[in-house]
Amino acid sequence: MRLEYFQLVDRVEEIDPVAGVIRTTAQVPDKSTIFEGHFEGFPILPGVLLVECMAQTAGHLVLVLEKFVRMPFLTQIERAKLRRFVEPGQRLSVTGRLVHLGSGYAVASGKIESDAGLVAEAEVRFRTLPFPNDAMRQIMLKEVRRLGLEVPPADESPAP
Amino acid sequence: MQETFTAVADIIAETCNIDRTTIRPESHTINDLGIDSLDFLDVTFAIDKRFGIKMPIERWMQEINDGKGSVDDYFILQNLCTKIDELMAAKPA
Repeated sequence: MRLEYFQLVDRVEEIDPVAGVIRTTAQVPDKSTIFEGHFEGFPILPGVLLVECMAQTAGHLVLVLEKFVRMPFLTQIERAKLRRFVEPGQRLSVTGRLVHLGSGYAVASGKIESDAGLVAEAEVRFRTLPFPNDAMRQIMLKEVRRLGLEVPPADESPAP
Repeated sequence: MQETFTAVADIIAETCNIDRTTIRPESHTINDLGIDSLDFLDVTFAIDKRFGIKMPIERWMQEINDGKGSVDDYFILQNLCTKIDELMAAKPA
């Protein structure tokens, strides 16, 4: 995780666009100013960041399914359950599953697990919109490559 | 169409917490029922699931922007239900 950049996912381990499933890993940093406030003497990753981690994981699946033409923006969180504390240094496995890809929106479920067991779950919904500009699209392409996702040559072309 | 309207009205009432008795075939989703864009996404998802279709909302919006259709064509419930029936009829068997 690069908390200072609000990047909660480190690597895409598996993706199956046909099945609509993605699995990522996220390494919680040992130190962060976030832990100094949350909480001093009992550092734990804020629950909202666990939700964001699931949203980013599922969002990358939606990006692939939308062939990098439309950008998913988080609009709704349903039935979020935060079951365990997450401590600095923990390694998380995050799974995103597509529930529905609609016209201009997407719905996915997210799940986070650690060595200790199930950590969190939620349903996340996105509004999918054309990229506001090609610069942002290029930044997202660079980000998905950083995560280890291959971008098909056909999807590299500028958005229509 | 009546069956479709009943299902859609029930979805809207439940999803948007609107009094079911105020939802009529001639109701405008925005002007009469006050459904905002976020709630409309919820309604769209529920309708897509209920009828096993994918309403082409983005295409409809483009048609409105291009002047090829009016807001009423899609946002007045009886017209929306007609569109839903057409999408269902077009589904492969």
